[in-house]
Amino acid sequence: MTLARHVGAALVVAVILVLVSIQLSSYRDYQMAEVAAYVVAVAGLTVLIGLSGQISIGNGAFMAIGGYASALVLIHLGWPLEAVFAVGAVVAALAGAVFGVAAARLRGPYLAGATLMLAVALPTIANQFPKQFGGDQGLSVSISTPAFLGATFPPTRWLAWVTCAAALIALILLANLGRSRVGRSWRAVRDDEVAAALAGLNVARLQILAFVVSAACAGLGGALLAVVTGIVAPGAYTLTLSIALLTAAVLGGLGTLPGALWGSLVLVLVPTYLTNVGASHGLSSAASSSVPIAAYGVILIIVMLAFPAGIQGGLRRFFGPATATPLTALFRRTPVSEHQEEGPS
Amino acid sequence: MQEFLEFTLGGIAVGMIYAAIALSLVLIWRGTRVLNYSQGGMAMFTTYVAWVVIRDTGSYWAGFAVALAAGLVLGALLEVTVVRPTMGKGPLNSVIVTIGLLILLEGVAGIIYGGQYRSFPPSFSIKGLKVGSVALGISASDLFTAAAVLAAALALFLVFEYTSVGLRLRATAFAPGVTRLLGVRIGRVLTLGWALAGLFGALAGVLVTPSTFLYPNSMDSIFVLGFTAAVIGGLDSPVGGVIGGVLLGVVLSYAGGYLGSNLVLVYGLAALALVLMIRPSGLFSSTASRRV
Repeated sequence: MTLARHVGAALVVAVILVLVSIQLSSYRDYQMAEVAAYVVAVAGLTVLIGLSGQISIGNGAFMAIGGYASALVLIHLGWPLEAVFAVGAVVAALAGAVFGVAAARLRGPYLAGATLMLAVALPTIANQFPKQFGGDQGLSVSISTPAFLGATFPPTRWLAWVTCAAALIALILLANLGRSRVGRSWRAVRDDEVAAALAGLNVARLQILAFVVSAACAGLGGALLAVVTGIVAPGAYTLTLSIALLTAAVLGGLGTLPGALWGSLVLVLVPTYLTNVGASHGLSSAASSSVPIAAYGVILIIVMLAFPAGIQGGLRRFFGPATATPLTALFRRTPVSEHQEEGPS
Repeated sequence: MQEFLEFTLGGIAVGMIYAAIALSLVLIWRGTRVLNYSQGGMAMFTTYVAWVVIRDTGSYWAGFAVALAAGLVLGALLEVTVVRPTMGKGPLNSVIVTIGLLILLEGVAGIIYGGQYRSFPPSFSIKGLKVGSVALGISASDLFTAAAVLAAALALFLVFEYTSVGLRLRATAFAPGVTRLLGVRIGRVLTLGWALAGLFGALAGVLVTPSTFLYPNSMDSIFVLGFTAAVIGGLDSPVGGVIGGVLLGVVLSYAGGYLGSNLVLVYGLAALALVLMIRPSGLFSSTASRRV
């Protein structure tokens, strides 16, 4: 029944998105496509952090893997778009599985450090094999608008439709996964690993699965973004991208899929605005492009210290049922590290 | 053979920088169980401060001293303002906040100094040294790097072992609750730990930047390698951190020298994965770091 409800909701949203996209200018359609690409990646990350209690600062690297994989398939094999997107997700999921198995024994800060290293290290590979990956220039990716829409149909609107469709499907799958046995097991592992293990859950396997799911989402997001921006290049997949994804997940509210949407909207709309504000206050272009980066930092710190439930938690508090418990519990429990029963204060 | 000697000595020199970063991470981890992801950003920022001082005064050593002092102040400041409130809120909270600090420092550096690559002067000549006719693969600057980090590590060791401040630092790391009951102002001790960590980070930043250029992200790759060194050493042990740094420096120097230097970070990642698969708690850690 959950599946039917989620599919129904997604269909309604799809109709609304189509109606909205027709009204929008071609630039706004482009931004809509960008949001759709980011929301998939952010949703995967928010599930990883909020539901399974693990953290990744390297999901930008999985976006790179998905982006490059789909670009290569599109350029060399000319596969249809849906297959290209699927390849991006699957290849990133495989990479995530390899990394997840290697990292399965890692706790929070160790895992975060290892993923941070992945984010910093991976883009260097593209430069090492310029023939395959196009080096610094990257690979250009272009898709054509289907003929039946007519010659005057704005290409960015087609992009918005394609990416939103893919994003909705991914979100339906994530929503169902979160409510399934797997989702409940993730929460159990997150809240108390020892209790979960005693209850018969395979903690390591569940954590690897969460990591794979988040990598697959990042890969699909990367494939969508590659098609939207028309290029995959190492310069696009910096550590800053990974931290931007984290910022969006934290700001939206960890563990909530609507929160991933709020975060992605901020990610697409606010940086352009902040860069313009910086430029209008007399900053050079290099300096004003750093304004959004500093803003990510401010957001991460302030939200974690003052509003750990994020935007979605705030919305729930004002509009939701009184019983809804946001994920603040995740950040209120005392650390389970070994020799700190009485934490320093 | 000649190559091997060069790679070994060069690797040790670079490894000392990883060791300095590792020490700064260990200092904070021991006291607070926080892994400070902003360490690279802090080091980058203090190096910019040094760059400005050197540009304005023309004196390298003035910049060097100001960078170290800035590291102390920045470390203490960040601990008091931002890190303290995350204590007792669960491990993910401090991870995310220190990552926020990292990106905030990088953004602010970009706003103030712009994104372009700046060259940063070395301490001494970077001309390769020779013994007789044999090139050693290291320079006077590399020797100073190794000596500076070793001296700082030795000073840290002496402070830890032979002063009452050091005793408080060790006691706080070992049993914070009991230490507080014994009348130690734990908050101040933790602030001191962060200040010292800031100092080691600043030292690493000033020493490594001549070979990397200075830009807002310049310490990212150095930081992740320093993190790797700290993990190899077990995160808990200062001696392990130094050994881990040198070990990693030498191994990466061989890998870079014989296999090509573009993928050094990938080799570092492989080294990290390998160590963690064999000994998840690091090579020199005495305590197990997992309960399940």
